[in-house]
Amino acid sequence: MLNRFLHSRLRGLTILALVLIILPAFLGNPFHYELVIQMAIIAATVVGLNLLVGFAGQISLGHAGFFGLGAYFTGIATGTYGWSSVPALLVGAITVGIIAWIVGRPILRLKGHYLSMATLAVGFIIAIIINNERAITGGPDGMPVPAFNLFGWELSTFGQYSLFGIELSGVQAWYILASVVLLLAVWFAQNLIESPIGRALRSVKGSEVAASVVGVDTAKYKSLVFVISAIYASVMGSLYAHFQGFITPAVASFEFSILFITMVVLGGMGSTVGVIMGAVVLKLLPQVLADFQEYETAMFGLILMLTMIFMPRGLLPTITAIVSKRMRKKAGGGT
Amino acid sequence: MTALVEVKGLDKAFGGVHAVEDVSFAVEAGQVYSVIGPNGAGKTTLFNLITGLYVPSKGEILLNGESIVRLKPNQLAERGMCRTFQQMQICMNMTAIENVMLGRHLQLKSSLFTTLFRLPSLRYNETAARKRAADLMEYVGCGEYLDADASAMSYGALKRLEIARALAAEPKVILLDEPAAGLNAVETVALEQLIRSIADQGITVMLVEHDMKLVMGISDRLLVLNHGRVLAKGTPGEIRQNPDVIAAYLGG
Amino acid sequence: MLAEFLQYLFTGITIGATYALIALGFTLIYNASHVINFAQGEFLMIGGMATVSLTAMGAPMILAVVLAVILAGILGIALQRLAIAPAKQADVVTLIIITIGASIFIRGIAQVVWGKQYHVMQNFSSSEPIEVFGAVLNSQSLWVLGIGAVLVIGLVLFFTKTLIGKAILATSMNKEAARLVGIRTQMVLMLAFMVSALLGSVAGIVVAPITFTSYDIGIILGLKGFVAAAIGGLGSGVGAVVGGLALGIVEAMTAGYISSDYKDAVAFSMILLVLFFMPRGLFGAKVVERV
Repeated sequence: MLNRFLHSRLRGLTILALVLIILPAFLGNPFHYELVIQMAIIAATVVGLNLLVGFAGQISLGHAGFFGLGAYFTGIATGTYGWSSVPALLVGAITVGIIAWIVGRPILRLKGHYLSMATLAVGFIIAIIINNERAITGGPDGMPVPAFNLFGWELSTFGQYSLFGIELSGVQAWYILASVVLLLAVWFAQNLIESPIGRALRSVKGSEVAASVVGVDTAKYKSLVFVISAIYASVMGSLYAHFQGFITPAVASFEFSILFITMVVLGGMGSTVGVIMGAVVLKLLPQVLADFQEYETAMFGLILMLTMIFMPRGLLPTITAIVSKRMRKKAGGGT
Repeated sequence: MTALVEVKGLDKAFGGVHAVEDVSFAVEAGQVYSVIGPNGAGKTTLFNLITGLYVPSKGEILLNGESIVRLKPNQLAERGMCRTFQQMQICMNMTAIENVMLGRHLQLKSSLFTTLFRLPSLRYNETAARKRAADLMEYVGCGEYLDADASAMSYGALKRLEIARALAAEPKVILLDEPAAGLNAVETVALEQLIRSIADQGITVMLVEHDMKLVMGISDRLLVLNHGRVLAKGTPGEIRQNPDVIAAYLGG
Repeated sequence: MLAEFLQYLFTGITIGATYALIALGFTLIYNASHVINFAQGEFLMIGGMATVSLTAMGAPMILAVVLAVILAGILGIALQRLAIAPAKQADVVTLIIITIGASIFIRGIAQVVWGKQYHVMQNFSSSEPIEVFGAVLNSQSLWVLGIGAVLVIGLVLFFTKTLIGKAILATSMNKEAARLVGIRTQMVLMLAFMVSALLGSVAGIVVAPITFTSYDIGIILGLKGFVAAAIGGLGSGVGAVVGGLALGIVEAMTAGYISSDYKDAVAFSMILLVLFFMPRGLFGAKVVERV
């Protein structure tokens, strides 16, 4: 029974769900909840980015641009124009998807350095536009975002809710939303990967030539995964905006893009659960370094370098490889 | 009987060098048609031209009467043409069976919606695809790698895996680029049997090969290239006795 | 009218010369090792910041400059030796992220050592602006152009006349062959990074009086220098200079005539145009892919 579980395709998802269910027992105050909710939203974003980078072997150094577009679309639609949250989120996602499709077609013909430059440029242009158009976006000072509302019912971090008789604070209710969203994000990603479409995507990384001779239109699939990862980022950006209640152009910044790509790389490209770990580790870093706050930037850079030099396959795959090598040695009693 | 594959006056120049010059031939459906010639004769270039990796400088290529000169490899796959590579193109980031399942790509129509929600139709197709891939792996002789990663396979096994992947696409014509390269005598005999078996199923096989014993043993017709030009065409018996061919291989 | 145009032109050429020097640094490293060094901009920052803090501690300008440039050179060697060399068979993505990590690390240390404020450096010569046809030219601009020209000429001589320079070129064309004829490729790579760092730091020092300097100027300058190198064609020295000047001028013209808010967007829009229509850049080498 345990064996069947260990090999089932939903193993990672189930463990994640269990962790999310048990975690609140360890969360002492609203600040802890906030941290975990942010982790969950960002983790869901990098699950999407991982589809593009880890599985399809492309690169995006400007992904925060899509995240920021989602955040600001929601901020403007719900804040300035009074839209309801879910329509704003959906329309924002579709808009970002279309932008990603238009931008992606010419960009994805490029490879390696040229592709990184192009994605970098797109991300920067988006960030600059957000920063400059004060009238709509509030400019560098940012803009407030109303609480998440579902046709009248509001989900605010300051509210009080009750579910099946249990009293929940605003952050606790948000925790449930964020957890569900993360689980869905992982579920969709896994379903996508283990399918004909998923194999086509992975073949783009494995061997484009091999893919094309069996009928895969590699350009179309590169475009598809680019759009999907952009939509992931947009949706998460929208949720982030509602949760934070306030957004600044930093959500679309180069630094944020680098944070995303680091999480993917740290967690192990091509490992959905791994990138979640990457997100958790990197989000916890500032907390761990609280006393050494001024060294935070330097530490981040150091971790980035060291991981990439010594563990290019990522944290999780490297650890897994070491562990399984040890276990094989024990079982075999020597070479 | 109209030919399945027809090449007329094919020419490909890289700079000033004509890798392939004025090549014409026809392959009938169901034949095993081999292209041989000394090193540098232009055999792989010819294959790359036919399979859409290169665009010819001049000439015509017809598949089932339709011109395929401007088509990309994935469009050729839709028309029933598949190939393997001299330098193997295996997706090392996937398992062995997934590589073969990749070959089923055109046969598996799936929408994004059914994929994301893993609807029963997708699950059913996946199971069927996996079964077919497993059968093909057994058929080509790498059944022991059913649960393995592609990166764990031996060279010979990977060559056979590539054939399995090509067969998974249910091609009308399959082009094998030096399938015997790097194989030992035992593996080559197994390969010969495999090619014969594929041909018996009615699939047209085109072959580029150096191994004369293999080529003479299984081919229906041969094309001999030298310096990018056609030197001779005919049955193995005719080619074996052709003085120009003998001179090209043994002489200067 | 003319005065305005000349004003923008001068600004453009000045900043363009800076971009050109950064681009040359990128080109040098790219040619030697096929690595895009995202930390290039940080050499500029080190040059400017170290000079400012050394002079603030009482050192004479000349000494401060020399020490700052040496510091940058050591940093360049360290970058190659400690960050690039160990990542032997790394792929493009990994190498890019390593250099991005290095740039963040350097910036982080700079932030700790020098704080976050802006610093001002005095013009090398007079603070009096020069008037040309009604346009106002900062005397420092002449220094930028002058030193820039000297550096470019120096580089050309280095690569065509000295043995070391030729060794770097040889290594960039074929690393294995270079090693076989006795060139110590590891040394060459460290040297390439060092020269690149020296270039960057001098550029940073000479432009600091105009743009101020702080711990984070490296990012955007580095990226723009990178864009300039790509516009000119990655790997082409001539391209780096032309690309840098072109970028500087277009940027200044845009800031002057259209909108100064979108000045930074110019570089990124130009790179996208180049990548879509002329991926090899103006002077880049043709790349042929063999199957």
